[in-house]
Amino acid sequence: MPELLQFAFSGLTVGAVYALVALGFTLIYNASDVVNFAQGEFVMLGGMATVFLHLAGVPLPMAAALAILITVGVGLALYAFAIDPARGSSAVTIIIITIGASIFLRGVAQVVFDKRFHALPHWFGSDPIRIGGAAILPQSLVVLFGAGLIVALIFLIIDRTLLGRAILATAANRLAARLVGIPVRKIVALSFALSAAIGAVAGILVTPITLTSYDVGTLLALKGFAAAMLGGMGSAVGAVVGGLLLGLAESFGAGLISSKYKDAIAFLIILGVLFVRPQGLFGKRSVERV
Amino acid sequence: MARLLSSRWAIVLGLGLVLAALPFLFPSNYYFRVAAIVNIFALAAVGLNLLMGYAGQVSLGHAGFMGLGAYSVAIGATHFGLHGLAAAGIGAVLSGLVAFLVGRPILRLKGHYLAVATLGFGLLIAMALTNEASWTGGPDGMGVPRLEVFGTRLRGPDTWYYISAGVLLLGVMLALNLIESPTGRAMRAIHDSEIASRVAGIDVASYKLKIFVVSAVYASVAGSLMAFLNGHITPDGTAGFLRSVELVTMVVLGGLGSIIGAIAGAAVLVILPQALTIFHDYEHLMLGLMIMASMILLPRGIVPSLLARLRGGKS
Amino acid sequence: MSAPLLETENLSIAFGGVKAVDGVSLKVQPRRIHSIIGPNGAGKTTLFNLISGLYQPSSGRVRLAGEDVTGLPPDALARRGLSRSFQNLQIFFRMSALDNVMVGRHQHEKTSLLSHVFALPSVSRENARSREMAMALLERVGLADLAGKEAGSLSYGALKRLEIARALATEPRILLLDEPAAGCNAIETEEIDRVIQSVAASGIAVLLVEHDMRLVMRISDEILVLERGRTLVSGTPAEVRDDPRVIAAYLGTFGSAEANRA
Repeated sequence: MPELLQFAFSGLTVGAVYALVALGFTLIYNASDVVNFAQGEFVMLGGMATVFLHLAGVPLPMAAALAILITVGVGLALYAFAIDPARGSSAVTIIIITIGASIFLRGVAQVVFDKRFHALPHWFGSDPIRIGGAAILPQSLVVLFGAGLIVALIFLIIDRTLLGRAILATAANRLAARLVGIPVRKIVALSFALSAAIGAVAGILVTPITLTSYDVGTLLALKGFAAAMLGGMGSAVGAVVGGLLLGLAESFGAGLISSKYKDAIAFLIILGVLFVRPQGLFGKRSVERV
Repeated sequence: MARLLSSRWAIVLGLGLVLAALPFLFPSNYYFRVAAIVNIFALAAVGLNLLMGYAGQVSLGHAGFMGLGAYSVAIGATHFGLHGLAAAGIGAVLSGLVAFLVGRPILRLKGHYLAVATLGFGLLIAMALTNEASWTGGPDGMGVPRLEVFGTRLRGPDTWYYISAGVLLLGVMLALNLIESPTGRAMRAIHDSEIASRVAGIDVASYKLKIFVVSAVYASVAGSLMAFLNGHITPDGTAGFLRSVELVTMVVLGGLGSIIGAIAGAAVLVILPQALTIFHDYEHLMLGLMIMASMILLPRGIVPSLLARLRGGKS
Repeated sequence: MSAPLLETENLSIAFGGVKAVDGVSLKVQPRRIHSIIGPNGAGKTTLFNLISGLYQPSSGRVRLAGEDVTGLPPDALARRGLSRSFQNLQIFFRMSALDNVMVGRHQHEKTSLLSHVFALPSVSRENARSREMAMALLERVGLADLAGKEAGSLSYGALKRLEIARALATEPRILLLDEPAAGCNAIETEEIDRVIQSVAASGIAVLLVEHDMRLVMRISDEILVLERGRTLVSGTPAEVRDDPRVIAAYLGTFGSAEANRA
C-alpha cells in the first residue's frame, strides 16, 4: 500500500509538469493551430537559465525571474522569426519548423550553457515528509501548488478578462475575430509569450527534483503533447487532466510493470487515444463536411 | 506521354552518369564515404517522397524502418549466422510487414495526428532497440560483420559508394515506374482529393497502406546499406527521432513530389553538416537553423523552385 | 416496369437532432432521368451523400440492383456501378484533364502493384487502353482539345463536364449528378443537356439534382420534390408542375416555366 501511495505522489508531481507543458501547447494551438514542438525547450530554458544565472552570482529569486523573462523573449522570437513568416503553410510544414526550432534551441543551450546535468536547491530543504508510509519531498508540494496556481491564473485570465475573450474568439474563428477588430497576430504572439512563461516556471519548479540539462526538452514536449491529446486537443481542462493522468500512468507503469519502457507509456497512450477516441477525453468530435 | 516516358529514362540516365562521373572528382576515401551516405539517405528519401509527395501522407517515424533494416543485418549475422544479403532481405520483408500492421490504424489519421502517431511509432522502435541490449548492444550499438560476396569482403568506402549508387539508381527507376502506373495516378488523385478518389472507385485506405509499405521497404534497404557501410550501428544513429526529422526535411527541402529533389535534399542535409564539422559543438544549432530556414524560405523545395524559375525565364 | 436499379427506402439522417433527410423513398430505372428539386437546404445534396456512401443513414435502406448497399463506402459503390459528380467540384486540380478521367478507369485496371513497380509490358498496354477510353470520353463531353491541360487551369463549365467524364469512366450503371449546370452559360448548359440525354439513352440510370428548371422539366422522366428533407410530391414533370402544393411552395415559378437559377 505505501508504495502505491508513493507512485501516486511521484506521478502527480511529474504529471503537474506535463500538465503545464500541455497547457502551454493548448494556448498556442487554440490561438494559431500551431503544434509547437519547441514547448519542451521553454521548460529546459527556464531551468537552465536559472541555474546559470545563479552560478553567476545572481540571487535565486532574481535569477528565476530573469530566466522567465529570457524564455518569454525566446517564445516571442520564435513566433516572430519562425512561425509568423510561415503563415499559411501546411500543418506539417509548421510542425517541422517547430521541430527545427527545438533542435536549434537545444543547440544554442549546448553552446551557451553546457552538456552536463544541473540541479537547483530545494526551496524548503530536501527532508521528505512522511504521509501514510510514503515519502514526499517538500519540493513536490511546491510543484503541485505552483502548477495549481498557474492553472488557476490562466483560467481566470481566459474566463474573466477581455484578453481572455479575445483569445477565445481567436480560437473559435480566426477570420471572424479579425473582422470584429481583434488584433489576431498580437493575440497569437501573446499566446507564445504566455506559454513560454508557463514552460519556464515549470522548469524552475521541477529542476530541484528532476535535474535539468540542455536536452530534456524533446521528451517533455512529446509527453506534453501526449497529455494534450489525451485530454482532447484544444481543451485547457483536458490538458491539465491529461497531464496528471499521464504522470500517474507513467509512475504506476514504471513501478508495477517495467521501468525500462517508462517513456514508451506516453506514446502507447497517444496511439491508443488516437485509435479509440481521437477527440480525447474533453475534446469535441468534428464532422467532416462535403 | 511519349514526353513523360522519355523523361523517365532521361532522369535515370542523367542520374547514372552523374553517379558514375562523381568518383573522378573524389580526392580521397573520405569523399567516397560521404557520397555513399548521401546515396543511402537519398534512397530512403525517395521512398518517403512517394508517401509524402505523391500519397500526401507524412511520416515522422520513418527512421524506425531504417533501424529495422540496419539491425536485421547486424542481428541476423551476429545471432543467427545469416548471410548479410539474406538478413537484409529479411529486414525488408519485416519492415514491410510492420508497416502493413501499424499502417492501417495510423493512416486513418490526418494532419498533426498522423505526424504525432508516426513520430511515436518511430520512437517506440528506437526505444526497443535501445532497451533490448542483449540483442542490440543497447545505446552503444553493435558491430556489423563485413559482407562477403563470392569470397570477397566488401569493405572499402569506394566499393560501398558504387553499391549504394547502384541500389539508389534501381530505387529511382522503380519509383518512377510506380509514378507512371495506375498506382501512381491513384496516389496523386488521393493527394488532390480523397473524396473524389473514393467516388472514382479507389480504395483510399488500401492505397495509403500500400505506399506506406513500399516506402518502409525503401527505408529498410537504406538502413541495411548503412549498417554494411559503417560496420557499427547505434539506435540513435539509425532509428532516432533526429534521423526521422532529417528524412522528412530532405523530402520537403528537395521538393515534395520530386524524385530528383529527394536526392538533392539528401545531398544538402548530409554534406552541409560534414562541411561544418569544424564547428562540432554547433552541429545541432546549424541543423535546426537549416531545417527552419529551408521550410520558411523554400517551402516548395529546391528542385521545384528551380524548375519554376527556369520555366519562367524561358517564357 | 422492370425492377428498379436504385431504390431507397425511408432513408433518413439527422445532424444534431435536425432531420436533414427524412424518410425519402425513391426508385430509379435504367435509361430514365430522375430529378430531385427543392429549395436550398431541402436536403438534396445530403440525399446524394447518403446514396453515394459519404454519409451513413440514421435509418432506412439503399438497394442497388436488388443488393442492399446501405452504409457501403463510395469506392465499394463505384465497383458496383454507382458514380456521381459534386455540386462544388471534386477535381484532381494538379493533374491533367486526361489524367483526371484516367483515374476514373481505376477499378477496371487489373495489373498488380508489383507489375507497376517493375513496369511490366502489361502495364503500358493497360495505360494505353485507359488513355484511349479516357480520350473518347473527353471527346464525348467536348473537352478533347483540353486533354493535356492541368485541370486547375480549366474554366468552371469545363470542370463540370470533366467531372461527368470521370464519372462515366467508371462505367456506371447509375450516375448521380449534383447541379451539373450550375454556373454554366447557355451554351455549356446545352452541352450538358445533350450529354445527360445521351448517357440515359446508352442505358444508364440518371439521378439529377438541378436548379435550372427549364432543363429539369425538359429532360426528366420523373421528378421528386423535396422540402425540409421530406418528399413533397413525386411524379412526371407535368404532374409536378400542376401540383398545387408545389405551386404554393415555389410561388408559381413552374407555371411560368421561367428559368430559375438560384
